[in-house]
Amino acid sequence: MAGHASLNIDTTPSWNGQVSPFKTSYGKMMMWFFLVSDALTFSGLLIAYGFIRHAYTGQWPIGEEVFQSLPFLGHGYPLIYVAIMTFLLIISSVTMVLAVEAGHRMDRKGVTKWMLWTIVGGFFFLGSQAWEWSHFIHGSELGRVQLADGSLAYVHGHGPEIKDLQILQSGSKYKEGTHVHHHALHYYNDAIEAGKLTAAGTITLPDGAVAKVNYAKEAHIDELYIRQAGGKYKLGQKIEGKEAHELYMSAATSGQAERIVYGANMQRNEYGPKQYAQFFFFITGFHGFHVFSGVVINIIIFLGVLRGVYHKRGHYEMVEKTGLYWHFVDLVWVFVFTFFYLV
Amino acid sequence: MDRDDVIEYSLEAHHSEEKGKKIRKKIYFVTVLLSVITAVEVALGALIKQGTDLWPVVKVSFIVMTLVKAGYIVWVFMHLGDEKLELRRLILFPYMLFALYLMYILLFEGLQVHHTWMK
Repeated sequence: MAGHASLNIDTTPSWNGQVSPFKTSYGKMMMWFFLVSDALTFSGLLIAYGFIRHAYTGQWPIGEEVFQSLPFLGHGYPLIYVAIMTFLLIISSVTMVLAVEAGHRMDRKGVTKWMLWTIVGGFFFLGSQAWEWSHFIHGSELGRVQLADGSLAYVHGHGPEIKDLQILQSGSKYKEGTHVHHHALHYYNDAIEAGKLTAAGTITLPDGAVAKVNYAKEAHIDELYIRQAGGKYKLGQKIEGKEAHELYMSAATSGQAERIVYGANMQRNEYGPKQYAQFFFFITGFHGFHVFSGVVINIIIFLGVLRGVYHKRGHYEMVEKTGLYWHFVDLVWVFVFTFFYLV
Repeated sequence: MDRDDVIEYSLEAHHSEEKGKKIRKKIYFVTVLLSVITAVEVALGALIKQGTDLWPVVKVSFIVMTLVKAGYIVWVFMHLGDEKLELRRLILFPYMLFALYLMYILLFEGLQVHHTWMK
């Protein structure tokens, strides 16, 4: 092992090799330098988001209203899911720092245990993010609606259940007289988005076929919540009951495209301006990619721990370095949580 | 592989069981603190709506709480607090310089563009 003489660093040799003026190893310092540059990238993204949000003249979506679902439990839990994700990442950061601490005591068993938990936590976070993306992309059952006066509203209620689509007029794929069960709701929602639902209850399918929609249960609109004012309705106004139902259905059968929008993609989304979804995908996606690569690096180091590479080396600094990266991922999430979801 | 002209700083990071206990205590304290702050943030966000009179106060408190969380993560989890003063400055100062400048641009230019688009 390399010899180390005295801890009192003489200033004379400090700047001519041999001794690091920062009293740290080359690898650790370079990891910090990388993290500074990565931090600047994330700052750039979040600041670009803030810039667009500041400059935007309409109503920007509110995190508590957009993200309020839980798996199996439905709606009405503002940001609870994101809080759980945050908690997951904090806990896996803690197990990581415990692995580093165990490394400083040369406790190989401890390092193995805590690194394994860190990797498990990382996988859980990635899974949660997959669910969140899927939920964001698919959106709510009824989407958001643009009313006749130009105002935009969130829709609360239950979407329709569709028995089948009865083909009235043949297209290139579906023939007259047949019934389509597969992807029926998907076709129905697409038709509404494209303005191809008629007041008589027929839709046009992508292959050109015209079909009658047979409902198992019709849509039920409880409430429209105005999110962007138009000529008649004001911001925050609530429209309930029969009026809500009629306004929604008239938009659905207006023949105009995008009066009702479901979920999110890069062009449009039901939550707000298109930049909102674009930044969501880019920022959480870029962070998610960091989590993914963090898990991969953690696994590589974990295998090294199992093989006893670092024990033989006499120190667990590699665990410390991958730990720095892992904590950084947690650090970024703390900021994403505040500036994308909370504020 | 061994080089005798380089000081192995990694070995100095070793500590005893006793000191480890103390460090672990601090880690658990920070864990609880970070979790509690996150819970408070979510509760505040659910209770106080955007656009109300109290919202600006809540917004600033969110930012303060975030900085506290970030501080603990960097200082304790990434143990930047234990590094040499020069290294701490080397890491924090360049970052702060750019981040603060970008934030100034965000607020100043963002509002200017907002006013232009409003016209």
